[in-house]
Amino acid sequence: MNWLSDEAVARLRSAGAEPEFAGTRYQLIERIGSGGMGSVYLAEDATLGRRVALKILDVPDSAGDLAARLQREAHILASLEHPGIVPVHDAGMLADGRVFYAMKFVEGERLDRFAEHEGTLPARLRIFQRICETVAFAHTRGVLHRDLKPENIMTGPFGEVLVMDWGVAKILRANWISTTAETAREQSRDSSGTLTAVSSRTPLKTAHGAVLGTPGYMAPEQARGDVEHLDERADIYSLGAILQFLIEASEPATQTAPRALTAIARKAMDADPAARYASASELGQDIARHLDGLPVLAYPENVLQKIARWAARYRLAIVLVLTYLVVRALLIFWFRR
Amino acid sequence: MKEDTRIGGPSGKFPATRWSAVVAARSDDPRERSRALGAIVEAYWKPIYKYLRIRWNKSNEDAKDVTQEFLTQLIEKEYLSDFDPAKARLRTFLRVCVDHFVANQTKAAKRLKRGGDVLHVALDFDGAEAEFTRAESPLTVAASAASFDEYLEKEFVRNLFTLAVADLRAFCEARGKLRHFQLFERYDLDDSVTSRPSYVELAQEFGIAVTDVTNHLAFARREFRRIALEKLREMTCSEAEFRREARALLGVESA
Repeated sequence: MNWLSDEAVARLRSAGAEPEFAGTRYQLIERIGSGGMGSVYLAEDATLGRRVALKILDVPDSAGDLAARLQREAHILASLEHPGIVPVHDAGMLADGRVFYAMKFVEGERLDRFAEHEGTLPARLRIFQRICETVAFAHTRGVLHRDLKPENIMTGPFGEVLVMDWGVAKILRANWISTTAETAREQSRDSSGTLTAVSSRTPLKTAHGAVLGTPGYMAPEQARGDVEHLDERADIYSLGAILQFLIEASEPATQTAPRALTAIARKAMDADPAARYASASELGQDIARHLDGLPVLAYPENVLQKIARWAARYRLAIVLVLTYLVVRALLIFWFRR
Repeated sequence: MKEDTRIGGPSGKFPATRWSAVVAARSDDPRERSRALGAIVEAYWKPIYKYLRIRWNKSNEDAKDVTQEFLTQLIEKEYLSDFDPAKARLRTFLRVCVDHFVANQTKAAKRLKRGGDVLHVALDFDGAEAEFTRAESPLTVAASAASFDEYLEKEFVRNLFTLAVADLRAFCEARGKLRHFQLFERYDLDDSVTSRPSYVELAQEFGIAVTDVTNHLAFARREFRRIALEKLREMTCSEAEFRREARALLGVESA
């Protein structure tokens, strides 16, 4: 066969792109996404009879850096057991040489798409609080996400909020490794050296000057490639940008957002890292205070604003008292006539 | 229960050819340079010939002459020394070179049929012409640089896959696995029938078990992918460029 028709070329393309699951427990269903490192496929885990998502490199990585990055992402996810972080079930290499990891298949939609059609501002703020809690948890485990944005947040139909795509995460401390990763490392020793590039004690370093992240959601110090000095406050900047996105997405153009809320976003996105919130928890707590009608750290109020906020918070009680007073006054007036 | 997949994989390591024809084409070693240019010519002569037919509306004979002369000049005048992968893809660079080359050809009568002593790759122009007339009508390609780039890209992929399929056949024959190739040919290449045969039909046709069909096809596809990617790697200068090109070749670019 000397000539390949367009259809044959398309078939070969598909055959070349399709991961080879021979010898594994997975059966391919469909490709559901694509990113910088590889693609995500929906597959059936034949052993356990459930659907899983598989993140797989698009081509075998002979240089090893992408493979190491994907394996590292799997180890980070495995070490971060939290309801807001997708659990990893398996990791390895396919027969075609492509590295992969299997994770829970999350049915839902990305936050940016969710925000297009759903939710009041308070509902979105509650989602944002969950994101802050997840990021705060990762920070306590010494992991910096570095690419927080609405596209990397999944919202599920039963209220799940998951922070995804930890592919460019930075390890802040050497003791981040969980027992899961340790176990994997030990097992790899038993498998006669088949393990490649899984160096869980030597985190993959990002070169100084390398810019990883997304413009618009990246802290200024991150955009400058100041990799060595990045800390939790870079993620707090990104959280501020997500908050800003949620405020703007939920409010009609004619309606202005609450000042306290925009002040929270501004504080989180301050160009000076020292002026931002000290932690993601602190940021989440300020959102909680706003939702409860309490004063927030980011916005010092004058007396009138305090009264207005107090009036808004106790609106029902105030209306009831005023109604009672008006009715009573009318009754007094009526009987004295 | 099946054994869990392991990092390292059931088939072990995957050594890949790091050789880049684009880099080697600038080598001081004449043998290395010749081999590299041969690889580039093999990958690009047919797309260039078809491009000349469709973009410059060259006749069959003229396109043959211009293709040969352009490739000769590419080698003799070391056009590739000006190629900067950071600025453009190799295909785009070659397209621009071809366009300049044709534009500078003022007198067709002065063209010389050259290249016999420089080009070491057999150029089957009759075959290329048959493919061209079978597949394309000049009217189907809109006249714009982008669409011509797209056309060249498409023909490059077709040619690369054609070469990879030929190598796969040789590879399978050499290892006594011709049936593997025949199954692959029947299932993935044959579009003469309206619908693909099922694995069960293939098993009956070849007199083997359905599991053998699955395994043989998996083997052939894996080797095809390996060969195609190795050929693609030859046409790139860096790992990053290779990854970009590979994603484009396999149609898995980011959304």
